[in-house]
Amino acid sequence: METTSPIERLLRAVALTLVVVFFMFPIFWIFLMSFQTNETILTIPPSIVFSPTLSNYAALITGKLQTAAGTLDIAFMRNLGNSIFLSVASVAVALVLGVPAAYAFARHKFKGSEDIAFTLLSFRFAPPLLVLLPLTQYFQWLGLSNTYFGLIWVYQLICLPLILWIVRGYFEDISADVEYAYRIAGHSWFATFRKIALPLAGPGIAAAGLLAFIFAWNNFVFALVLASADKQPVTVGALAFVTSSGIQYGQIASAIVLSVTPTLALALYAQRYLVEGLSLGAVKG
Amino acid sequence: MNDTALLIKDVDKFYGPIDYGVHAVKKLNMDVRKGEIIALLGSSGCGKTSTLRMVAGFEAVSRGTISLSGREVQTFAPVRRNVAMAFEGYSLYPPLTVRENIAFALKASKLSQSVVDEKVASIAKLLEIEDILGRYPSSISGGQQQRASLGRALIRDANLHLLDEPMGQLEPQLRAVLRGRIKHYIKERGLTAILVTHDQTEANALADRIAVMEGGVLQQFDTPQKIKERPANLFTGTFVGEPPMNVFEASVTGSEAKVAFGLKDGVRLEYPASDFSHAVRDALMKRQKVVLGIRPYSVRRSADGVAGRVAVNQWLGDQTHIAADFAGGTMVLVEHDRTELAVGQPIGIHLDPSSLHVFDGYSGKAISHGEELA
Ligand SMILES: Nc1ncnc2c1ncn2[C@@H]1O[C@H](COP(=O)(O)OP(=O)(O)OP(=O)(O)O)[C@@H](O)[C@H]1O
Ligand SMILES: [Mg+2]
Repeated sequence: METTSPIERLLRAVALTLVVVFFMFPIFWIFLMSFQTNETILTIPPSIVFSPTLSNYAALITGKLQTAAGTLDIAFMRNLGNSIFLSVASVAVALVLGVPAAYAFARHKFKGSEDIAFTLLSFRFAPPLLVLLPLTQYFQWLGLSNTYFGLIWVYQLICLPLILWIVRGYFEDISADVEYAYRIAGHSWFATFRKIALPLAGPGIAAAGLLAFIFAWNNFVFALVLASADKQPVTVGALAFVTSSGIQYGQIASAIVLSVTPTLALALYAQRYLVEGLSLGAVKG
Repeated sequence: MNDTALLIKDVDKFYGPIDYGVHAVKKLNMDVRKGEIIALLGSSGCGKTSTLRMVAGFEAVSRGTISLSGREVQTFAPVRRNVAMAFEGYSLYPPLTVRENIAFALKASKLSQSVVDEKVASIAKLLEIEDILGRYPSSISGGQQQRASLGRALIRDANLHLLDEPMGQLEPQLRAVLRGRIKHYIKERGLTAILVTHDQTEANALADRIAVMEGGVLQQFDTPQKIKERPANLFTGTFVGEPPMNVFEASVTGSEAKVAFGLKDGVRLEYPASDFSHAVRDALMKRQKVVLGIRPYSVRRSADGVAGRVAVNQWLGDQTHIAADFAGGTMVLVEHDRTELAVGQPIGIHLDPSSLHVFDGYSGKAISHGEELA
C-alpha cells in the first residue's frame, strides 16, 4: 500500500468515488424526493432546486393520504411497528434456538452432523415461493395464517440458518481447550457454555443477529402471502401507495427513508462486527 | 489398590472409527502410585497428549479402562474426575487477567477470597510471574503464558496433575530453577503428577519413573536409572541418553572359549566367554543378527583396541565429543578432558563387555545388558 504511485492513488480515488456515487445516488435521490410533492417530482426535467415540504412525512405519521380522489387511510405507522416487532421477535427466537444449536454443531461432531447443518443452510437456497404455496395451506389448517406467531415461525427460515452458520464459525474459532480448562476446574458443561463460549463468541453472535435482523426486515414475500393488512411490515405496506389515482412517489420516498433508517442506524453502529462476522462466516461456511 | 492414583488398563485410542481411524494409543497399561511424579517421554506424535486427554476426560477412550483412586472413570465427565491439567497450548482465558486465570481454577473449591489471593501469590512467586499477574494473556510472552497455565494447574488440590510440556517454552536456566521448585512443591504436598516432556534432563530430574512411548506403544516404564542402564529395547536405548547410544548391527559367533561379534567392514569384536553369563551366551548364540549398543560415555580409547578414525573432535566447554569412523558407521565417544586429536587420526577403540547392550536384530528387544540377561 505504501509504495503506490500518486497516479495509482488518484485512479483509485476516482474509482471509489464512482462506486460510491453509483450506490449512494438512489438513496440520496429518494431522500430528496421525500421532501417534494408528487407534482415537483414529476416535472421534466427533474431539478434539485425545490421548496421542501414535510407533507409526505405528515401524511405517513397521521395515516391520512391526500390523493386526487380524496383522502385514503394508510397504516404506515402500524406497518413500521409490525416490521420492528416481527424482526426483533424473529431474531430473538432464532438466537435462542440457533446459538445453542451452533455450539452443538461446532463442538460435537457426530455422524451426519455436517449433513444436518447443511440441510438447515439449504433452506436459504430454496426459492421462498416454493415453500410458501404448501405453507399457506398448512397455515390455514393450523390456524396460523395471519398471526404474528405464524409469521415469526416462517421468518425462522430466514434467520435461523444465518445465525447457525455464522455463530458456528465463531464457536469453532474458540479453542476447545480453553473450555476444557474451565470444565476441568470443576465447572459443568452448561456453565462452560455460558461463561466461556458465549462471551467469547459475543461479537459473532451480535453480527449474526444484526444480519438476521436486516434480512428479516427486508423480507417481502412471506408477509405478503401469509399476513393481511394489520400484520404486514413496511415492505408490504408500501404497496398501499400505489393508489387508483396514481403512484404517490413522495410518500413512497419518505416511507422508504423511514423504514431504512432503523436498519441503517443499526448497521452503521455495528459495522465492524458486521464485517468481521460476515467474513468469518464466509470463510468458515 | 489403595495407593494407586491412576490405573490405565488396555487402553486404545482411535481418532475416527474404532479399528479404522488413527490409532494414536495402543493397548496402553500404566499404573501411577499416589505421590509419584511420572514423566511421559516420546517423540512428537507418539500419543502423549492423547493419553493425558483421555485421563482428563476430554477424549473418549476407545477401548479399555481408566481408574482414578480405584474408581473406573472412563465414562465420567471431566468435572467428576478431580484432575488438574496444564495444556500444551496454554489455553488461557483471554478476557481474564493472569491472576484471574489462575484463580478461576479455584472457583469451584469455594475458598475464601483471602485464601485464594494467598495461594495465587505464592504460586506466582514460585513461577516468577508476580509482575504480570495483572496483565492479559494476549499481552504476555509465550513463556509467561506457559507459566500462567502451569500455575493454573498446580494451584489446584487435585488427585492427579497432568502437565503437558509445562516448561517447553522456557530458557534452560529458568527451566532448571523451576524444575527444582516444582518438584519440591509437588512432593511437599504429596501431589501426584504426570508430566509430558521432550527434555530428558527434565524427565530424569523430576520423575520417579519415566514412561517412554513411541508410535502409540508404551516402550518402557521404569525408574530413570533402569531406563538408562537396562533399556528394554532398541528404541528406548537410542531415544534416551544424550548423546544417543552408538548402535552397530552384528552377527554372533561363538565357541566354548569365545564370543565374537562380526560387524561391518570385517570388524570383529572378540571377548572371552567368561565375560558373559551362561544364559547370555545361550541367548546370543540363538540369534543370527543382533544390534550392539554402547553409550558414548562408556566407550574407551586404548592402543590395542579396534581401529577407528577421528571424524569430528569437539570440545563443548565441559566435555569432549569425538566422532570416529568405525565399522562402516560412526562411533561417538565422550571424554571429560580436552583431547588433542586431529581429524583423520587413527585411534583404538575399546568396548568393554560390561557396558555392551545387545538387542535382537529383528524385534529390537534387549537380549543382554553387560554380562546379565535383559
Ligand atoms: N483430534 C485428532 N484427530 C485425529 N488425529 C489426531 C487428533 N489428535 C491427535 N491425533 C493424532 O494422534 C497421534 C498422537 O497425537 P498426540 O497429540 O497424542 O501426540 P503427542 O505425543 O502429544 O505429540 P507432541 O509431542 O507433538 O505433542 C498423532 O499421530 C496425531 O496426528
Ligand atoms: Mg502433545
